[in-house]
Amino acid sequence: MASNPDTKIQGGVLGWVDARFPLSQMWNEHLAQYYAPKNFNFWYFFGSLALLVLVIQIVSGIFLTMFYKPDAELAFASVEYIMRDVEWGWLIRYMHSTGASLFFVVVYLHMFRALLYGSYKKPRELIWIFGVLIYLVLMAEAFAGYLLPWGQMSYWGAQVIVNLFQTIPYIGPDLVTWIRGDFLLSDATLNRFFALHVIALPLVLIMLVAAHIIALHEVGSNNPDGINIKDTKDENGIPKDGIPFHPYYSVKDLVGVGVFLMVFAAIMFFFPTGAGLFLKPDNMIPADPLVTPDLIPPVWYFTSMYSVLRSVPDPFLGVVAMGLAVVMLFFIPWLDRNPVLSMRYRSFAAKFNLAVFVVAFVILGWLGLQQATTEVSEMSYRFSTVYFAFFFLLWFLSKERSVAFSLIAFAVVAGIYTIYDILRFDPSDAGLIMWSWLIPTVYLFVTMVAPAFARGLGRDRAVPERVTS
Amino acid sequence: MANQGVNRGRRRFLVAATSVVGGAGVAAVAAPFLASLQPSARAQAAGAPVEFDVSAIEPGQRVSVEWRGQPIWVVRRTDEMIAGLSEIRDRLRDPDSEVESQQPEYAQNEHRSREEEFLVVIGICTHLGCSPSYRPEIGDPEMGSDWQGGWLCGCHGSRFDLAGRVYRNMPAATNLVIPRHMYRTDTVLVIGEDEDGEAI
Amino acid sequence: MKTLIATTFLAAAALFTVPAASAASASGDLQKANVDVSNEASLQRGATLFMNYCMACHSTEYMRYNRVGRDIGLTEQQVEDNFIFITDKDGEPVGVGSLMKNAMSDDYGEEAFGVVPPDLTMTTRIHGEDWVYTFLKSFYIDESRPLGANNTVFSNVGMPHVLWELQGWQEKVVDDDGNERIELVRSGKMTPSEYDRAVRDIVTYLSYMGEPMQLDRQRIGLYVLIFLGIFTILAYFLKKEYWKDVH
Repeated sequence: MASNPDTKIQGGVLGWVDARFPLSQMWNEHLAQYYAPKNFNFWYFFGSLALLVLVIQIVSGIFLTMFYKPDAELAFASVEYIMRDVEWGWLIRYMHSTGASLFFVVVYLHMFRALLYGSYKKPRELIWIFGVLIYLVLMAEAFAGYLLPWGQMSYWGAQVIVNLFQTIPYIGPDLVTWIRGDFLLSDATLNRFFALHVIALPLVLIMLVAAHIIALHEVGSNNPDGINIKDTKDENGIPKDGIPFHPYYSVKDLVGVGVFLMVFAAIMFFFPTGAGLFLKPDNMIPADPLVTPDLIPPVWYFTSMYSVLRSVPDPFLGVVAMGLAVVMLFFIPWLDRNPVLSMRYRSFAAKFNLAVFVVAFVILGWLGLQQATTEVSEMSYRFSTVYFAFFFLLWFLSKERSVAFSLIAFAVVAGIYTIYDILRFDPSDAGLIMWSWLIPTVYLFVTMVAPAFARGLGRDRAVPERVTS
Repeated sequence: MANQGVNRGRRRFLVAATSVVGGAGVAAVAAPFLASLQPSARAQAAGAPVEFDVSAIEPGQRVSVEWRGQPIWVVRRTDEMIAGLSEIRDRLRDPDSEVESQQPEYAQNEHRSREEEFLVVIGICTHLGCSPSYRPEIGDPEMGSDWQGGWLCGCHGSRFDLAGRVYRNMPAATNLVIPRHMYRTDTVLVIGEDEDGEAI
Repeated sequence: MKTLIATTFLAAAALFTVPAASAASASGDLQKANVDVSNEASLQRGATLFMNYCMACHSTEYMRYNRVGRDIGLTEQQVEDNFIFITDKDGEPVGVGSLMKNAMSDDYGEEAFGVVPPDLTMTTRIHGEDWVYTFLKSFYIDESRPLGANNTVFSNVGMPHVLWELQGWQEKVVDDDGNERIELVRSGKMTPSEYDRAVRDIVTYLSYMGEPMQLDRQRIGLYVLIFLGIFTILAYFLKKEYWKDVH
């Protein structure tokens, strides 16, 4: 016999399947013939890593569900049961808790990449929208999951966040009772949070991830140069700067996976509590509705948003501000109208704007972990101002502005918070208010006024025809 | 993308090596996950061996002891009952307890026990897991005049003798299971543990 | 640009380590416990002290006796004979596989001490080893307290000085510079250094108790990291090999 019987069977089975299900077609469309730009750099690892963490969370979560008891009387002990009595239970639980924090690390870096290379701009607006939705659902998922161990931090953290809804006019109190299913955070709340955490939100999450990837593969990946590789195709219609995702990026991502898993393992096996950032000491005390811990900071991945909340004195407006801090992300594709995608070719002002935004986000995160002193509140307010000004600047820096327009816009924006500062002026904090006033003001000056006079600061560079490396 | 000059051998080797190491990693991660489904320390503590004082059992009486959530029957057989065991050999499916999985070695004898007088057996039918009812009377009219005492399973009618051996042509194919057991003293019976250690 | 990004992330990392470090040493001057959970002799001594002095009021109810015995090198018989004081509903000592609860009811505890003595399974994880170590060394005579003792680490604590017969009694004194400190005024059965060791043994045992798998975890972690290192190196060479195609 001339033909190899093995390949014949292989082809036969595949052929049989392909006649009924587009297996080869999907393989080609999404992997073997999906042409990705050849110049992906470090920042492009985090998409596939996010997918990896999602799988880790789902698998470890399924196993935890087999041992965990969603009952206020039993939940805390069942977590310790997993840690002590279930064979390898500690490994599964630490995997899940480490995975939760690293999920946010990866997602934040992934989002930063999008901001860095303009991956939200046309035609990728929907990818960005799906991504922000994933981020939102992920926050809900993490919040619901954090209640489940039923320790003091679980309980009081959820208490504080659920009570935020109390501030909504008219319906607030009834809404909170409805969310809790009781007059206090109780067994009923735990039970429904469990249902949301293990099935409802993960389902939504998976569907959104699918939508995110389908949208990405429809329009193609962006790259560090922000160039559309489909503009330069060879005679076969294949982008000249594109390479098939598989095998080139599958093997490259494998290296990323290896390094990432080493970080993951190092945390999981040597620092599972993440120095109190991932698992808090107070959460080793069973939930007690009668005793509030001294300090109830949210888990680190929520603290930036939490700082925005705390920076506004009025509770309801605080909630609105926090909501807006997330909702603003949805509008980024339409705020930033600059045609240059990548920061590589953007002006100094645009780079500075992004850098300050990242710094503000990190500082807000740190502030959210602190006890709310006057200084902490003041700094939270200043950096929240910077956080929101970033979105305005995205729009402002969409094109070169005239000197008059720059000055007027600067005066209006700086005027708003300066007038507010005058209204709230308190002689006892005079020094603090005055020097911290410089934080948003210097930032706005560098991004708005300076480029109006030193034109080089605001001028974008020419984008090359082909990718650079 | 030029494919000329590619060292195919090196490429194949690296693909194979990475796949093997990666596959081993996945298997190594799967192992603890699967092991976690084994009985936990709690289940093992609940399933620890139980002790029972057999001196209080009357001759002919059957006592049910719970071990790992199963009924363990301890029967103190009378001389008449013991004598009956050998009379029905030809009506039994496995009179010599040759199916090794059904009892420890020390119970592979006519009376299927360590002490002739005491039978220790898991009271669960080997057919589909019902618990048979005790019919100790010799010649019980319901069971037939040649009945030498034993058990009748209410679910599908399997019959067992007073050594837990199954009759021929019954739904159950094997004798009742004898758990690991031993006597710590003359009268203190330990169920679930013997000289070889605890039952798995 | 790259430097900007790198600096940003370094700054972020530095910022976030600050609250963690300060949280660990929140309550003043704590003495270093310096425990070594791999020291079996220390664990056994600590377990014995804990069973005799602490277990009457405090439970460690997420742990099982036989697990402790196995991990610290005692036979089941030794555990049964020396550690198990509680009984089941029939009045028999509980089995060696039981959870380490205690016999005192919450109501009684509250009446006697003002608060229910907390479960101590995870006390070192909640407060830190140094805190527990210093706490156990910091009782002093205070007649104003219902049980005659107070504590410099945990003021107005409900707990009496249970280890007084080992440590003796301390009093609060104010020295010439106006600094408060506590001083041994009546010796106990142990010298101060013997008492330090005894307390360290108890903290060692409690540290083990908080995370009984901690040594396994680190041992396994090392192998996992080595394995992942090999995998990553292979993947790196594989990537380099394939990327020779890309020009």
